[in-house]
Amino acid sequence: MAQIFPKWTNEAPRRILLGSIIILNAVVFSVWYFFSPEFTDVGYQPQQPVPFSHQVHAGQLGMDCQYCHTQVTESRYANIPATQTCMNCHNQIQTDSENLALVRESWETGEPIEWVRVHMLPDFAYFNHAAHVNVGVGCESCHGRIDRMEVVHQAMPLSMGWCLDCHREPEKHVRPVSEVTTMGYVAENQLELGRELVAKHNINAPTYCQSCHY
Amino acid sequence: MSKTYEYVPEPALVKGNHDFKDITAMVTDINLRPTPTGWYIAFAISSLLLTVLLGSIAYLFWQGTGIWGLNSPAGWGWAIINFVWWVGIGHAGTLISAILFLFRQGWRTAINRFAEAMTIFAVMCAGIFPAIHVGRIWVIYWVFPVPNSMAMWPNFNSPLLWDVFAVSTYFTVSFLFWYVGLVPDFATIRDRIKSKFGKLIYGTFALGWRGSNRHWWNYEKSYMILAGLATPLVLSVHTIVSFDFAVSIIPGWHTTIFPPYFVAGAVFSGFAMVLTLMIICRKIYGLEDIMTVDHIEKMNIIILVTGSMVGFAYAMEFFIAWYSGVEYEKAIFILRATGPYAWAYWIMLTCNVFSPQFFWSKKLRRNVAFTFFISIVVNIGMWFERFVIAVTSLSTDYLPSSWGYYSPTFWDVATYIGTFGLFFTFFLLFLRFLPMVAVAELKGVLPQADPHNYNDKGEYVEPVVEIPEPYNKPS
Repeated sequence: MAQIFPKWTNEAPRRILLGSIIILNAVVFSVWYFFSPEFTDVGYQPQQPVPFSHQVHAGQLGMDCQYCHTQVTESRYANIPATQTCMNCHNQIQTDSENLALVRESWETGEPIEWVRVHMLPDFAYFNHAAHVNVGVGCESCHGRIDRMEVVHQAMPLSMGWCLDCHREPEKHVRPVSEVTTMGYVAENQLELGRELVAKHNINAPTYCQSCHY
Repeated sequence: MSKTYEYVPEPALVKGNHDFKDITAMVTDINLRPTPTGWYIAFAISSLLLTVLLGSIAYLFWQGTGIWGLNSPAGWGWAIINFVWWVGIGHAGTLISAILFLFRQGWRTAINRFAEAMTIFAVMCAGIFPAIHVGRIWVIYWVFPVPNSMAMWPNFNSPLLWDVFAVSTYFTVSFLFWYVGLVPDFATIRDRIKSKFGKLIYGTFALGWRGSNRHWWNYEKSYMILAGLATPLVLSVHTIVSFDFAVSIIPGWHTTIFPPYFVAGAVFSGFAMVLTLMIICRKIYGLEDIMTVDHIEKMNIIILVTGSMVGFAYAMEFFIAWYSGVEYEKAIFILRATGPYAWAYWIMLTCNVFSPQFFWSKKLRRNVAFTFFISIVVNIGMWFERFVIAVTSLSTDYLPSSWGYYSPTFWDVATYIGTFGLFFTFFLLFLRFLPMVAVAELKGVLPQADPHNYNDKGEYVEPVVEIPEPYNKPS
């Protein structure tokens, strides 16, 4: 009887099996790596309407974060400052700067500046700034070294796994409440201090679903 | 007092004195001859039903599970009932092919291919329901332990997760078992089919089978290993399905009798389904000599045994409800028999416990038409069993203030009927393109396969084929 298949097909089943295993693993790896916020979201740096430099204000001038983001200790949101806050200084400093034209216009018309949001959580995740800031989670822990950013970008993945990294071991990340806005804070012995602070503030970071999703 | 026992020969497993060539022709000609018109008609109907299934699933994905009749106390409805029902049906195949194989029950060879195909398609129908009932279908991959950026991992405490693994393992092993058994028969069709395309397709699936000694050796070993693997699965799958209920603390579910009771019920319904399909197919395809009345009788005995086991479990549930002294447990069982779903309870009891008792009569056991009728009744009863378990316990649980009445909607019914479309579409394709009897294995149980060509002195004698007659010769 004539052969139906050429000789190379002898190896085909083995190759198909091996190939499928490799492809399946590659798919899982690719989804895990390339679809994660760490790959897709970190480094998101939208163009802002006003070329405001955090590097100058928070870094060089050493302004405290809370000078502008005033409600962070009381509110879910670290608010974007009103134009009034900018004008506190800029009605005297650089009053005719080209870069500040939009701020002055806003000041005159009363129309707020449309800043572009950088750090976005999905609607199904509840997050409260006050709850974190008041027990000693530093600004930089989630937002990175803002004092070195000319234009703010997203420094951390803000993924659920990333949240849980801290919620499971808060003692590795918390700092004294007085140091919350400090940039580049390093504790001498983080673990010892962390355990102390966790006990002091009675930090019981929840890891059950409904703590953030409800 | 003394009584002498005579050796009673087993009746021949294949009737009609067919030789090897005959068997090959009888089974594989079905695949080789042109498609009959009747098949097209049946296929059109089942495809239509399949469209109903796909349509209702599409609408479900679009709208969400609100289109079903689920309400606040009854959070599980037809989807779970249908899942358990189909999985239960899927038990017969592997029981026949693996357990009966290990017990050297030669009669299984006539029906194992058939029953395994039924198993695989039934498990496919079953698998649809837990997948689509989750509501957010796009995150269904969360049931699998894959690494992800949410640091989420399946909850290994949950029997629902065990279910995912139990059913998918069962499906994989059943499928492999079925396929391994098919390889020699694929080769037979490859060698018999005329068209070049057919040779290519069947040849691909035959994996280069030439029937050499080494091939057979590998085949027998792998078949034995797979049978060994599949045997515990027959028991474990429905055990774990029963855990979906038993591990929760709902009255009427939280009982230790559930695993054996579910397994017995599964085998019960599976055998009934095999009988339903077998009785039709043996008639249409003229395989009465292979799937004989003896086979039907043996299967009816299993139906009688498992049906009585299920009946015993029903009685035991009532006994334990009383004996435990738990008020809620007592209440739920009284409500089952007399409450708002009493009609379903009594349908279940009639179909599952009373109807198989007819099979105490040998005459009825061997009556094909009656068996066909009972096999359908049994499957109706087993559907109602799952309905009674799932719905009564949920709709009347601890708090009378939260009780509610569950009834299905149009979409519940459409999805369920649609799964028959899926089942029969695959089954018809199976009947048309694959040999529905394990040809190679069946030849091994023919009387002709056991010739005695040499006498006591080692001299060659013409082979004499003795075909034992059944014990009770029809007079």
